[in-house]
Amino acid sequence: MTPAPELVSRVLRDPPSAATLGLAEWDLLVRQARHAQLLARICVVLADRGLLQRVPEQPRTHLEAARVVSDKQDRAVRWEVNRIRHALERLGMPIILLKGAAYVMAGLPPARGRLFSDVDILVPKEQLAGVEAALMLHGWAATQHDAYDQRYYRTWMHELPPMQHIKRQTVIDVHHSILPETARLHPDPAKLRQAAVPLEGHDGLKVLAPADMVLHSATHLFHDGELEHGLRDLADLDGLLRHFGRSESFWRQIVPRARELDLSRPLFYALRYAAATLGTPVPGDTMQAAAAGRPPGALLALMDALFARALAPDHPSCRGRFTGPARRLLYVRAHWLRMPPLLLARHLMHKALVPAKDE
Amino acid sequence: MKVADLGAAELGARLKGSGLYLRTGPFVSRIRSSISSVSEGIGLLYADYPLAEQNDFADFHVGLSRPPTIRRWFHPQAVFDFDGHVPFKPLPLDQAYPLFEWGLNWCVSSHAHQYLMIHAAVIERDGHAAILPAPPGSGKSTLCAALVNRGWRLLSDELALIRRNDGYAVPLPRPVSLKNESIGVIRGFEPSAVINREVRDTIKGTVAHMKPPTDSVSRANETAKPAWVIFPRYRKGAAASLQTRSKGGALMAVADNAFNYSLLGLAGFHMLADMIHACDCHDFSYGDLDQAVEAFSALQPPAP
Repeated sequence: MTPAPELVSRVLRDPPSAATLGLAEWDLLVRQARHAQLLARICVVLADRGLLQRVPEQPRTHLEAARVVSDKQDRAVRWEVNRIRHALERLGMPIILLKGAAYVMAGLPPARGRLFSDVDILVPKEQLAGVEAALMLHGWAATQHDAYDQRYYRTWMHELPPMQHIKRQTVIDVHHSILPETARLHPDPAKLRQAAVPLEGHDGLKVLAPADMVLHSATHLFHDGELEHGLRDLADLDGLLRHFGRSESFWRQIVPRARELDLSRPLFYALRYAAATLGTPVPGDTMQAAAAGRPPGALLALMDALFARALAPDHPSCRGRFTGPARRLLYVRAHWLRMPPLLLARHLMHKALVPAKDE
Repeated sequence: MKVADLGAAELGARLKGSGLYLRTGPFVSRIRSSISSVSEGIGLLYADYPLAEQNDFADFHVGLSRPPTIRRWFHPQAVFDFDGHVPFKPLPLDQAYPLFEWGLNWCVSSHAHQYLMIHAAVIERDGHAAILPAPPGSGKSTLCAALVNRGWRLLSDELALIRRNDGYAVPLPRPVSLKNESIGVIRGFEPSAVINREVRDTIKGTVAHMKPPTDSVSRANETAKPAWVIFPRYRKGAAASLQTRSKGGALMAVADNAFNYSLLGLAGFHMLADMIHACDCHDFSYGDLDQAVEAFSALQPPAP
């Protein structure tokens, strides 16, 4: 079976091309974008260029309805951040917001039309216990009740087990690093915290510095990601690169900063696939310098083949013969990069032999 | 062209093949299924419904199928999918038709945020709509089924769609869902009502669906301005009685029964406040359908 054309990245790359779509193509685009969690983003992209009114009424209704949901989530995230800040106020340390919550609070382009559920924060490792206790006092409770899962998170991961608020049902992930301690790459979280920048108008809140924010997003997608919403995450990267990339100094800093944080490989993939899929403009000399993170030729050819499939929307129309195997291989790869082989074998053995309890 | 014009064989073939493009109110659903009870249910209850004029766009792509697991040999199941995404656990195959109806309701209530959506029945008479919001078990669907068999037009038995620009109720007439004793009550109340086969032991007990009046289906594009918000409550042996409810209390109760009130934020509050402001709001208790019909025919629209 030949996959149908992938229309989501086409419209993100070239918004005016939406005007040429027929109704049957709109039908496909709405379905692909819904599965990729990019329906509201497409609404924003077209509205910004004054193209929304040219979309036929039936698909436009779906775009605008998705926008209603993303607008609500924007409001919900602001309130959630307000509550988290309130809960952690007495610890007297800055809270660094990561990913979606950072994009929303800093007013960055990827926040617009983005759907997400969790709030992620970064705190020093030695403060984890205090942060956890403060959150529990204010209504957040652990979600992983299994003793093995608790130990898995606390011993090997870069975050506490996700905590959920008992009334609002919202989830917070408390990170002390951006990769597991057992992972192949070792970005030093102290360097990230040191460079973090205060959020204007919000005392006590910070976000990562521009280059670090891009590197975190790249690492999440290309080193640790489950790729379920790969294209959405790549669109986030595209939005960040276009925004920060207006300043020349950003492009001068990004490659050395990647080297300093041991993240040259994820940066290489991010620039390569963002440019190839979404037409992200990357200066030639930056691309050339980033090639320091390039994997050997045969591996690169394999990764090209895998990511070409896994970065398409996870919709039946985009599934070819090798899409399933590609996604599974990348899933195994993410685990492989996360832990050394023996530990991974032990973890998989436990997951295979001990039946999961229903939560 | 209507579903009835297809004939059972062609209807089954479309459902099994590239899909039936069915129009219900403002939505087109593309339905695919090889399960015979789904095909039979649609043939009976949607006979008067129009097919979409063109098959190039559908609001909802849905399927009802038998999951290809080993269970199909000894405990066959039906699974509902929304364009490949499965929002509910599979149910026993015998429940495929109600699952289809619940699945279509889910499609609308989780996506159609161009409307304020209230979990309510909506009926209309002389251009004035009555909104009947109620939690399950209040006798809302039974009352709605009785009234649409006595001259009221059915806009919806489950989902009030309030248009955002002018506050009008947009019709989404679909088969009326009846549960447990209500099925026998409606059969006795209106022997000519077309009700499909009962399905037992569902999560809601025994369920069946009543075909909506032909006139309600053919007037599915006639919107109506809400004139009354009435909270029905069935109580055995109670005399039919309408009691005025305060506007503030009515607003809070409708918000509780809305699917996307908080999603719409401030816009949702303004829409709801405007609607409540323009409506007469009542609590209505009843124990007998004939008395209830009489009480409803005496309703006067609020002075403009």
